[in-house]
Amino acid sequence: MSFRVIDRADPGNPWFSWDYVQGNSETILAALREHAALTAQAVLIAALVAIPLAVLAYWFRPLTGPILALSGVLYTIPSLALFAFVAPYLGTGTATVLLGLVLYALLLIIRNVLAGLNQVPAEVRDAAQGMGYGRFARLLRIDLPLALPGIFTGLRLATVSTVALVTVGVLVGHGGLGQLILGGFRNNFFKAEIMTGTLLCVLLALVLDLLLAGLARLLTPWARRRGAAG
Amino acid sequence: MNPIEQAVVWLNDPLNWTNPGGVLDRLVEHLGISGAAVALGCLVAWPLGLWLGHTGRGGGVVVLVSNVTLAIPTIALLTILPLTALGFGKPPVIIALAVFAVPPLLANAYTGIRQVDPEVRDAARGMGLSGGQLLRRVELPLAVPYLAAGFRTAAVQVVATAALASFVNGGGLGQIISAGFGLGISIGGGQILAGGLLVALLALLVELAFALVERVVTPRPLRRNRRRVARRADQRAAAAITGS
Repeated sequence: MSFRVIDRADPGNPWFSWDYVQGNSETILAALREHAALTAQAVLIAALVAIPLAVLAYWFRPLTGPILALSGVLYTIPSLALFAFVAPYLGTGTATVLLGLVLYALLLIIRNVLAGLNQVPAEVRDAAQGMGYGRFARLLRIDLPLALPGIFTGLRLATVSTVALVTVGVLVGHGGLGQLILGGFRNNFFKAEIMTGTLLCVLLALVLDLLLAGLARLLTPWARRRGAAG
Repeated sequence: MNPIEQAVVWLNDPLNWTNPGGVLDRLVEHLGISGAAVALGCLVAWPLGLWLGHTGRGGGVVVLVSNVTLAIPTIALLTILPLTALGFGKPPVIIALAVFAVPPLLANAYTGIRQVDPEVRDAARGMGLSGGQLLRRVELPLAVPYLAAGFRTAAVQVVATAALASFVNGGGLGQIISAGFGLGISIGGGQILAGGLLVALLALLVELAFALVERVVTPRPLRRNRRRVARRADQRAAAAITGS
């Protein structure tokens, strides 16, 4: 009898509960840490692969089509299928999740870096050539710095979508905050756990996006000046 | 047996196709859910996008919708919606997927109307067309390539994302993959791979099919610029997302 009274006084399954957050802060922090680490590693590796590919496509025009088409096909393949392809070989570890995330982030970065490089004015390129810059020196000191806005656009898009995509890693048990979201769903539809995971996920995406935007502002002071003038 | 051989064996078993819950069942489910989601997305996004484009206001709304939906994990919506008043079953899955179909549909509808040459618009006004007539007879036909491009992007995205519905037992081809993981990698490896193959193949087929549709519905004079049009819309969407 008394059990029922308690049950009625306490609605039982609220959308958000500080009690849950305080009681499970270690689990939540561990999930957040895994989520952030996976995102950072995936975007970093994807950038290390994508930027050289974009430069290759920039230098050798005929390669642009194949490189964009290949990464486009990879992007079309559903994330779940990507994990399914990799899992039987790499097992159910973080490596599987990481590879899937990297392949997915690739297209976003390549396309934006290439767009950034193509926006380098022809006069600037000519001037650099006339000043005796070689191919690599021009790339490092002229083309890439001028392409920074495009590079950062790609990195930001890739980061935000990767943060959302990490949750799919729950399939192989390494979904970061996705573990909380799906764990809550499987644990008798525990709403507080689901909501905490979701909110942290969106928040993480927002914070990382702002960080990258800030970094882009720091690295491209000329863009800011022009923006202020015009 | 390595996973590829296992997958071939799995795909070669006719019972895996025709059993209840087999590939054919799941395929029908998958297409049903995806179709409903895309239709719902069009119903919401196209009128809004066309109207925003027509009035020339609300570029900010388009950016905001893209930003927010990009950051929300699909799994979160798939798990949250069934626990709301919607209840369990197909509707929450369809709505969750429709949410992710909206940004490409909205952005392309908006861009499609905005890119109409202002002189064309002026000429139409000068001929005495009212706002509604202008939208229906001038802006809409000229925006069709954009609408088709957005539809294709949305359809492929929804078909790909619908595989995730299996996380909440929502049906579709993803169930095959999830069931494979349920068996464990050593036994279910082949099934996982086979399921992944089917999902990927479906997504690529949908992409190809709608690329064809896009070409057919684009009036001949606009076709030459088709690639450029699609790319420009993509770039604009990307630029819009970062607010640059």
